[in-house]
Amino acid sequence: MAAQIFAYIPHKQGTPDDAALELATAAKQMAPDAAATAVVTGTGADLDAVCSAMAKVYPAVWKIDNEALSYPNAEIIRSVLLRLLPEKALLLVPHDTFGMDLSPGLSIKMKAAFIPDVVETAPIENDELKAVRQEYGGAVSTHVVCSVAGGAVVNVRPGAFQPRESADAGGQVTDKSDDVGDVSAKRRYLETVAAEVGDVDITKEDVLVSIGRGIEDEDNIEIAEDLAKAMGAVVSCSRPIVDAKWLEKSRQVGTSGQTVKPKVYLACGISGSFQHLGGLKGNPFIVAINKNPKAPVFQVADVGIVADILDFLPELTEALE
Amino acid sequence: METALISPASATFWGIPTIVFSFLIPICGVAVFTYIIALRLAPLIRATPDARLNHYGARLLNLMKIWLLQYRHPRYMLAGVLHIALFAGFLTLGVRSISMVLLGISENFVFPGFGGILGDVYHVVKDYAATLVLLACIAAGIRRGVFKPERYAVPPRYGRDHTGEALFVLGLISTLMVTEGLFDASAAAAQLQQGAGGAYPAPASLAWFFTVAMRHASLETLQPLHLAAYYLHDLTFFFFLCFLPLGKHFHVITSIFNVFFMRLDRGNIKPVRHGVGDDRLDALESFGVKKLEDFTWKHILDFYTCADCGRCSDNCPANTVKRPLSPRFITIKGRDLTYKNYPLYPYGATFRKSEPLIGTIYEEDEIWSCTTCGACEQECPLGIEYIDKIVDLRRGMVEEGAVPQSLQKPLGALEKRGNPWGKMEKKRADWVKTLPETEPVKILDKKNRADTLYFVDSISSYDDRMQSIARATALLLKAAGVDFGILGKAEKDSGHEVRRFGEEMLFQDLKDRNTAAIAASGAGRIITADPHAFNALKHDYKDIPPVEHISQFLARAVKSGALSMTSLAEDREKVYTYHDPCYLGRHNDVYDDPRAVLDAVPGLKRVEMARCRDRSFCCGGGGLMLFYEPEEEQRMGVLRVEMADQAGANIIVTACPFCLVNIEDAIKVAGLEGKMAAIDLAELVEAHLNGSKQQREVEYGNSGLC
Amino acid sequence: MEILVCVKRVPDTAENEIAVNRDGSDIERDDLVYSVNEWDNYAVEEAIRLRDEKGGSVTVVSVGDEESEEVVRREMAMGADKGVLLSDDAFEGADGRGVASLLKAAAEKGAYDLILTGAQADDGAGQVGGMLAAMLDLPYASLVNSIEVVDDRRLKVGREVEGGNQEMNAIEMPCVLSIQTGINEPRYVGIRGIRKVASVEIPVYDAAALGVAAEAAGGAGAAVKRLDYFVPALGDGAEMLEGSTEEIVEKLIEMLKAKGGIK
Repeated sequence: MAAQIFAYIPHKQGTPDDAALELATAAKQMAPDAAATAVVTGTGADLDAVCSAMAKVYPAVWKIDNEALSYPNAEIIRSVLLRLLPEKALLLVPHDTFGMDLSPGLSIKMKAAFIPDVVETAPIENDELKAVRQEYGGAVSTHVVCSVAGGAVVNVRPGAFQPRESADAGGQVTDKSDDVGDVSAKRRYLETVAAEVGDVDITKEDVLVSIGRGIEDEDNIEIAEDLAKAMGAVVSCSRPIVDAKWLEKSRQVGTSGQTVKPKVYLACGISGSFQHLGGLKGNPFIVAINKNPKAPVFQVADVGIVADILDFLPELTEALE
Repeated sequence: METALISPASATFWGIPTIVFSFLIPICGVAVFTYIIALRLAPLIRATPDARLNHYGARLLNLMKIWLLQYRHPRYMLAGVLHIALFAGFLTLGVRSISMVLLGISENFVFPGFGGILGDVYHVVKDYAATLVLLACIAAGIRRGVFKPERYAVPPRYGRDHTGEALFVLGLISTLMVTEGLFDASAAAAQLQQGAGGAYPAPASLAWFFTVAMRHASLETLQPLHLAAYYLHDLTFFFFLCFLPLGKHFHVITSIFNVFFMRLDRGNIKPVRHGVGDDRLDALESFGVKKLEDFTWKHILDFYTCADCGRCSDNCPANTVKRPLSPRFITIKGRDLTYKNYPLYPYGATFRKSEPLIGTIYEEDEIWSCTTCGACEQECPLGIEYIDKIVDLRRGMVEEGAVPQSLQKPLGALEKRGNPWGKMEKKRADWVKTLPETEPVKILDKKNRADTLYFVDSISSYDDRMQSIARATALLLKAAGVDFGILGKAEKDSGHEVRRFGEEMLFQDLKDRNTAAIAASGAGRIITADPHAFNALKHDYKDIPPVEHISQFLARAVKSGALSMTSLAEDREKVYTYHDPCYLGRHNDVYDDPRAVLDAVPGLKRVEMARCRDRSFCCGGGGLMLFYEPEEEQRMGVLRVEMADQAGANIIVTACPFCLVNIEDAIKVAGLEGKMAAIDLAELVEAHLNGSKQQREVEYGNSGLC
Repeated sequence: MEILVCVKRVPDTAENEIAVNRDGSDIERDDLVYSVNEWDNYAVEEAIRLRDEKGGSVTVVSVGDEESEEVVRREMAMGADKGVLLSDDAFEGADGRGVASLLKAAAEKGAYDLILTGAQADDGAGQVGGMLAAMLDLPYASLVNSIEVVDDRRLKVGREVEGGNQEMNAIEMPCVLSIQTGINEPRYVGIRGIRKVASVEIPVYDAAALGVAAEAAGGAGAAVKRLDYFVPALGDGAEMLEGSTEEIVEKLIEMLKAKGGIK
């Protein structure tokens, strides 16, 4: 009855992504009694390192080694997984740019259901999986239910689940490389063009004064810069500021921007979308200033102030000077 | 009459009777001139129609005032006086110039009517006129060549400097004066020597000095000088005539027409196509100006008429903050393109195919940078129009989809929700709930009627800060005993900037819906506190009840005693200055009413900024301009706040919510918070009312000043 | 190049306040304004540019009720050559897979070199593009932020990946791409443009015309069903600072100093 649960493990340069551990938690939540299998594709020493690390977390690890898999190309990996996964398998994938690329098509090929971007799950009952998703940019949540009797692919939002502590799960690493089969695809990875490095590397900063839509106008950014100067900090921002071309991409904190690990983070006029907060790691001291008392950011912040940043920031700057 | 010298009509030169040249030069000159004018007329004929053959009385008046009396010229005093001298001299010398040409053919030619005493008087007058013109030319030449006033400078992106052309023409005019003087002087000197009578130049005139200088020159010198002066004058005259249509001096010919056909209406925007009514717009092939011939003939005439004086750009706020817009070069580039596309040389050359203007001579940002404040049109001494051209260019860009991303959102919101912020329609009248319960505001519908409609418009309805203006206006109307109501959610944005940003059909949509709502309300008159709404309702809308601005109403109410104000203790430290909003002042001539209201406040100290009334400096623009992200070195509002500071004021009073937004913002950006504040006229009056409901609660621009 | 772009009519997130309705069955739709999904709009702009560069035609298709026609028409006003509406009562409640199967049927009616969708829509699932590609057995790339035509069989596409980096791929046509915002600057569509295409015919295909089994496509055939909409109960959240601005500023500076926020 218990479906076989698999977790696709993303990794870079021999280190598994944080999401890998989160998937273990999600798997446990969905199927407390099942033994989840980590599926790792890649090649060489990096692959081996990841498999060893995963063996400490997952009861079973599949190692899939092939030169063609050295860069995770969703088109190739989709066909590989299709061949390797048993029927009616339940596959967990992080809902990152790779997961978005891989999973929808994979679910169709597997003739299985697909639930994208899940933030909460419940244990599977009678072959039914209940989960929570968000819609309308996070404005509302929905409970969804899906039959997993025929298998399912579930994309899990990175950061929504606690990473499972790496104990020693004593996982067995099974080499599945021989069953890989045809690794040709009609899409070929060429190269990755790094984002332009700006004048400042916010990922190395301890204190960030971060601005969002609440700054309202490009000319007001000066107010944040004055505060940053008074604090010995650096200005960063959320995506809308970069889309409007008021600051460079290198200043953006978020899943599609930089991941930062400051000690102190001032979220000024930022509503607190998960894509933005997804770039904030390491449990910083978060101060949120926003004129909307219902802004989601107040849920995650340590300290909250309901005020218009255009009025408040200059006051704060003045007091510091 | 016997003359001491042989006149050009009878002389010979190397055996050829010089009279041949007297015919040849004018005939060739006129022929070439006619050819050039014909080619200059060609684009006018191919341009789109304009509706200027009307209101001849008013046009004549404009002609007298602006063209003949040069009414706008003294706004720049030195240049103005110099030009008036040149212009007056030119007109005066008109008869003489014609006479000069004909004297070479018939030595006794006398201009009809100038035979007797008039001729004698004229003879004296023209000598002084020529002298004046020469002196003016020298002064102007020194001014242009040595002192080089800033406004004539040509930024590198616009090409080479124009000083050469200016000095060249001054040189030509000077040559005309000098040769004319020499012609007369040589004859007079010869007469003197021979003891014959005859015309003698007026004392202390140019010709008189020449005569004195040549008093004792020999006839062998004087005779050739006489002929040379004549033919040099003739050549220069016809060369100048043909040179006029080649550059900025075309205005010498076209100015009379351009001023005659000048815009009479104020505040409105030209229709998409003259002669095509609003209901037939859908049938038009193309909207706006995309290529040169899409301009109307008057607009192309504008291009011809530009004297390159730079007064428009000097007063343009966009140009001052270094946005990529200089009105002068909109015209100069348009002129140069017209000349290029309709080439004079080689003879019979075909007209060039017209290319899209945007991307060739004009840039998108250049055209979007304009706030339509009207300072350029107010200043231009030649009646050149800008706003209609900018709007037409925008109409063309909108049709091609080339709208900046920053404007697409508010336009979409206006389409869907009737306001640029996309806030819900049903919340448009929510500001009413922020008034004390004792002061309800009627929302007009079938059951609730009133004779006066208060048209609030979008910003005062939805913006937290600007709702204070709506509240103050409502309280003032009540205090004055006016029975009024608002449209509530039936009201849509007036569409003032929507039209001026080129989205004509969206404007028509908003206009139609508002017009229907206004009609349904049954109101007999409309009051608004928003000059943009005021201007739109007054000039863009048709068939609606009369509209006035709150400042006009307040001026009457204060004068009649319907509203009375007290002084406030805080007023003692404050020095007020009034900032004229563009759409109240410059476009609608409402300058005195707001000042009268302020002056009626007991104990209120008021100063004027250097730039006030029709020279007021735009705050940065309203409506959609709030959303546009211009390239500029600083904000217009910041400059304006600095002007108030320089005038010694610490409170800026304005009568427009957009001015208030821009100025309050600018006070923060300029770092003058706590030292400078801004307030709306309605807010101020309401705070000073005997029995003010909001006394002490009114925000004096969030500055903490009171 | 024959291009098919899939567009969806969605509540405009910028100009609406999204709230759950009284019984939690849906969002409150009474005062909503709708427009084309922002990502889809970028996709149509990109398609138009590719067509202008390489020739061919752009067809816009949407799955929805008759109100979705306005969105198809608007994209045609923008510059798409043809528009098609897939509408049938039976399609109501279709999930991502259902929508993809309908789009597959529509795609098979033509011979398209390139099929574009937006990277995601109002429900944030981002699944239709990938599913459609799998159903049609075509190569797929998601979150595309640049497209370059190499020749008539190949494209070079960039994908927006983590850290703002761009993953470059060579992909064979025919293929399916899902488009990320920011790939271009979409042109403005004014009221005049829409009026110009007001009388252009937009064919409507129902289940029969598409050759799909009605029951399978709609809500009945949905694999993932929504149980309800809700707004999560707010947790403890931040310690909110109260008082006058001076007091708050003082307290905040104290806290910041303690946490090493001030150097």
